[in-house]
Formats: sequence, C-alpha cells, structure tokens
Amino acid sequence: MEKNNAVSLKNIKVSFGEQCILDNLNLDIKEGEFLTLLGSSGCGKTTTLRVIAGFIDPVQGDVILNGKRINHLPAHKREVNTVFQKYALFNHLNVFENIAFGMRVHKKKNSEIKKKVNELLELVNLKNFAYRSITSLSGGQQQRIAIARALANEPKILLLDEPLAALDLKLRKDMQAELKKIQSQTGITFVFVTHDQEEALCLSDRVIVMDKGLIQQIGTPEDIYNEPANAFVADFIGESNIIDGVMLEDYLVKFSNTTFKCVDKGFSKNQPVDVVIRPEDVEVRPVSECNLKGVVTSVVFKGVHYEMIVNVDNFKWMIQSTQASSVGEEIGIYIRPHNIHVMKKSEYSGTIGDYSSFSDEFYEEQQNKGGFIMNTLFEKSDGKCEL
Amino acid sequence: MKPKALAYPYSIWVLLFTIIPILLVVFFSFTDKNWNFTFDNIIRVGKYSGVFLKSIGLGGIATAICFLLGYPMAYVMSEMKVKNQQLVSNLIMLPMWISFLLRTYAWMTLLEDNGLINKFLNIIGLPSVHMINTQGAVILGMVYDFLPFMILPIYTVLSQLDKSVIEAAKDLGANNSNLFFRVIFPLSIPGIISGVTMVFVPAVSTFIISKMLGGGENMLIGDLIESQFLGTSYNPHLGSAMSLILMILILICMGIMNQIDNRPSEEKGVVV
Repeated sequence: MEKNNAVSLKNIKVSFGEQCILDNLNLDIKEGEFLTLLGSSGCGKTTTLRVIAGFIDPVQGDVILNGKRINHLPAHKREVNTVFQKYALFNHLNVFENIAFGMRVHKKKNSEIKKKVNELLELVNLKNFAYRSITSLSGGQQQRIAIARALANEPKILLLDEPLAALDLKLRKDMQAELKKIQSQTGITFVFVTHDQEEALCLSDRVIVMDKGLIQQIGTPEDIYNEPANAFVADFIGESNIIDGVMLEDYLVKFSNTTFKCVDKGFSKNQPVDVVIRPEDVEVRPVSECNLKGVVTSVVFKGVHYEMIVNVDNFKWMIQSTQASSVGEEIGIYIRPHNIHVMKKSEYSGTIGDYSSFSDEFYEEQQNKGGFIMNTLFEKSDGKCEL
Repeated sequence: MKPKALAYPYSIWVLLFTIIPILLVVFFSFTDKNWNFTFDNIIRVGKYSGVFLKSIGLGGIATAICFLLGYPMAYVMSEMKVKNQQLVSNLIMLPMWISFLLRTYAWMTLLEDNGLINKFLNIIGLPSVHMINTQGAVILGMVYDFLPFMILPIYTVLSQLDKSVIEAAKDLGANNSNLFFRVIFPLSIPGIISGVTMVFVPAVSTFIISKMLGGGENMLIGDLIESQFLGTSYNPHLGSAMSLILMILILICMGIMNQIDNRPSEEKGVVV
C-alpha cells in the first residue's frame, strides 16, 4: 500500500498561535491521481497544500514523500511544484525564462532547457509566446505559463492552489478541461485546492471535503454527491434538503411526520438521523396521491428547470421540477426509496439544510429583522446556484 | 471643476519657477554681456572639463559607496518585523532632521588636522592623519549626507516584493543565492535606479560639501558655478552655460541608468 502513495500525511497538526488550523490530519495521496481538497475559506485546504510544498512546518506529524519523511526538507529541495493562486510569475523575465527558471537553478544544459520549454509551451497551447513579456499576457495565458513553469522540473506531484479562481466562468471551464488533459498526458499526481464544488466534482478522481481543519469525507465525486457522510458535506456539495428524521427500523425512516421506505440499514431502532433529499429527486404529484404535502412559497425559472421553495411542515424544501407550480398552491411530494439518503447525526445537524435563506449570513440578517421570510431567491454566497 | 483643474496651481508653479528659469539659463548661456548671441560661453566651459570630470568621478564613487552600504541595509530592513522596520527607517532619516550645513560643518571639526579624530589618535599614541581638504573627505561628506536617499527607495521596493513570487522561486528549487541573484535583485532594480538618481544628482552638483571638506584644491562644478554668480569672477553667462552642460551631462547619465531598468516602459518611473 505504502508504495502506491505519492504523499502521505500522518497525524498532521498545524496551529498559528492559539488557533488550530489542521487537527490530526491523515491523508494518503495515490500516485497519478487527481485529488481535490474542497472546502470554504479557512477550512485548512491551502494549509494542507503548503505543508506538502514545504512552506509550513507542522507542529506534529509526518510528511512522507515516496516513503521518506521530509518534514525538515526545505521547499526548494522537494520534488513537488506549486501553481499559485495569483500565478506569482516573474515579471522581470519573459515567458521562456519563466518556464526555464526551475531548470536554470538546477543547472540543466541550454539545449535541454530549450527543448523542454518548447514542449511545455506546446502542452499549454502557447507555442508562439516564448519571447513575450509576462505583463502582456491575459489572466488565462498567465495561468497556463504558471502551470508550464511548475511542470518544467518534472515534479512527482503538482500542487494547485485555487489556480482558476481569478478567471471568468467560461475561461475557467476551458482551463478545467485543459488541466484534465495535462494531467492525463503527464501522469503526474495533481493535488488541487478549490472552494468550487462543481469544479471539484468534474475534475477529480477523489475529493476530500474539509471543514474546520478536519476531513469531513474522502471519496469519489459520485460517493461525495450520492452518499454524503454528514450534513456539512450534503449541504456543501450541491443543493440538499436536510431534514430531521428517525430511523424506525431497517429500510424504514420517518421524517416530516411521514413514514418512508428507504434503502439504508444498520441503524439502531428509533435512532435520530439526518435525511438528505436532493431537490432534483423530489417528484411533484397531485395532493391526493401523496402522504407528504407542502405549500409553494416561491418559484424561479432556472432554464433547465423551475426551482421552487416549498413549505413542508414549517421546513423550507427546495424542489427542482420541469413543471411549474404556482405560489400558494398545495402540492404532493413523492420520493422514491433510493433517493432518500440517511446519515448519522453530526455536529452540523440542524444548522444547515433549510431553504428559508441560501446563506448563513443572509439567514442571520433576516432573523435580526424579526423573522421575515424571503419570497425571492438570492444567489447563494458561495456560488451554489451553479450546480 | 474638471479634475484637471486641480493641477493648475502646480502647473503655474512649475511654469514660473522651473520652465521660465531654465529658458533663462539657456538664454544666458548663448548671450554675452551685451545680450548678443554667442557660442563663446559654451566653448569656454571646455576649459573646465577637468572640474566636470572630477565632479562626476567623485559623485560616482560616492554613489557606488552609498549603494554598497545601502543595499544590504535596505535588504536587512525589509526582512525585519514591520514594527522594527518603521523604527529603523526613522533612525535612517534622523540625520536629515538636522540642518545639512550643520551636519557638514560637524564633519569639519571631526576631520581637521587638530580635529577630534586626530586628537583621539594622538591620545592613543598614533600619528595625526591629514584628512580635511582631501578628495576622501569630500566623498565621505557626500556618502554621509546622501546615504538615506539610497536606502529608502531600495527598501520600499524590497518590502513590497510579492511574497508569493519568492515562494514560487523556492518552490522551483532556488537556493538562497539563486533566489537573490535571479529574483530579488532584478526585481529591486527600480529602487536602485531611484536611489542612484537621488544620490548621484545632488552629489555631482554639490558645492557646500566640497567647499567645507574639500578646500581650494577640490573645487567641483557646484563651486565653479557659485563663483560665477557670487564670486569675484562674476559672469552669469558663463555660469549659465556651466549649469546647462551639467544638466545635459546628468540627463545623459540618467538615460544610461534607465537602460538598465528591466520594467516595461509604461511602468517606468521613480520609486520613492
């Protein structure tokens, strides 16, 4: 097992003064995989990356690269390269010399450098840009140069710290495809940091969801989306209605005063649980056919579907449907057993998953105003509406 | 009011006290006592080429010494804690709060044949050293007076370097010497150019320092020009011609310096 790990982090702890940034983090990164660290700002994802790069010395734990402990190896001696968030290119050097930098400090031959730089320029589709100045390039071009520069030393692992965050949406999509292509062509292990869950899902072999310095879940994008480990993951990845429930027995769960068949088992009798229902998994049916009913409080046209907020038993659900209902209408709610995901209770239970508002910030503001409940939809502050 | 109008007071200032005087200098340079057009003044300046060379030479040496002393200091400062950086930069500026004349005068009393330094040498049993009225004393005075102008712009540039660029260099394998010579030094060139400009220009044209510390043998252009306006050899036409040529020489030196500036032309300019 150990042999297949490009990097292992064991019991890593990082703290700045009193503040604990990473708490006993354990992580194995496999050779050649595209691994994403996903979380909101301050969750410890960038710190994890910097521990691997050698810019942060953990107070406790081991950083193991290819079976060797490298805690005290300075950054410039690690076979790891980083693509920085704001590119951090050398403005005093042209494109060619930026890419050549790593090879120059490693005293490679000129002919070798020239060959490699041209290869890399081709890889990032900037063949004729070798002698341009950095400041003459667009953001997307600078980012590609930053990637080429980091690849020039043929690192074992490429660390990418939110490399696409500064780019506009369309360019970001193109760059995602580009990154995926580069990764499959070079076979280098990519460790990618992002706060954009969509980006994480579409790029990665495995996703690590982090919050408060802890790993919340490790899994394939499908696992993370379909089988979230707790309310935080369910809420962070895509849209989720997270409802208080009770597991009556195996394959039978009760929530919103209604009993549903489900496919989950292994809970003790009458164990309180969190139930996750994805908005796209709810079927709107005539009231007479359903045990669970709700009143539509808002409808917004989203292109592919209508997004409705429905008051079910004083809990606001988000439902996505291709058929619009009208505000104030009572609708029946039907959910297929395999679309009900049951999770153990966690510290996040009850704090997230209701659609009275989209962001915590907005929710608190509304509470302060005296419980006014919004009828209009707002984009979630973390960009969740994109999925 | 258009935003442009805010610049009018300064524009008028510049017109009255910079542009018109420069035109007057040019006018005086090309006229004789009877206001007839002549090249005589310019040609006569050639006789003093030795003084010009000496001024540029001493100014150049002083600038080089300021750079060698100032750059490491600026670098160390930029690496300090922010609180200490402010303290040290205040200390560096401290001498500038004291009159320039007084500072230079103080050096006289230190360097004189019967000055404090020689008295001290005698006490510990060493022979006196002749220091005052030498080129060395003039260079010392220039370095002492202008060193802060070298340190501060270099420090400003170094302290504003993007930390992630430095991390990127380390990340790519640069050890400390690579990091310095391939990244930090080239990125600090704009500060060096500012520093060199701010030391070299006043050093070349100084007259107080050379007069007080250099004595009669170490006359510089500044002294020469002064004597054309205030001295016995009163000749504002020749003095203007000297000023004009000094100005042109300094412009040429700055032009050469700017060739070293590696920034794209739209970003060039003096950093303070």
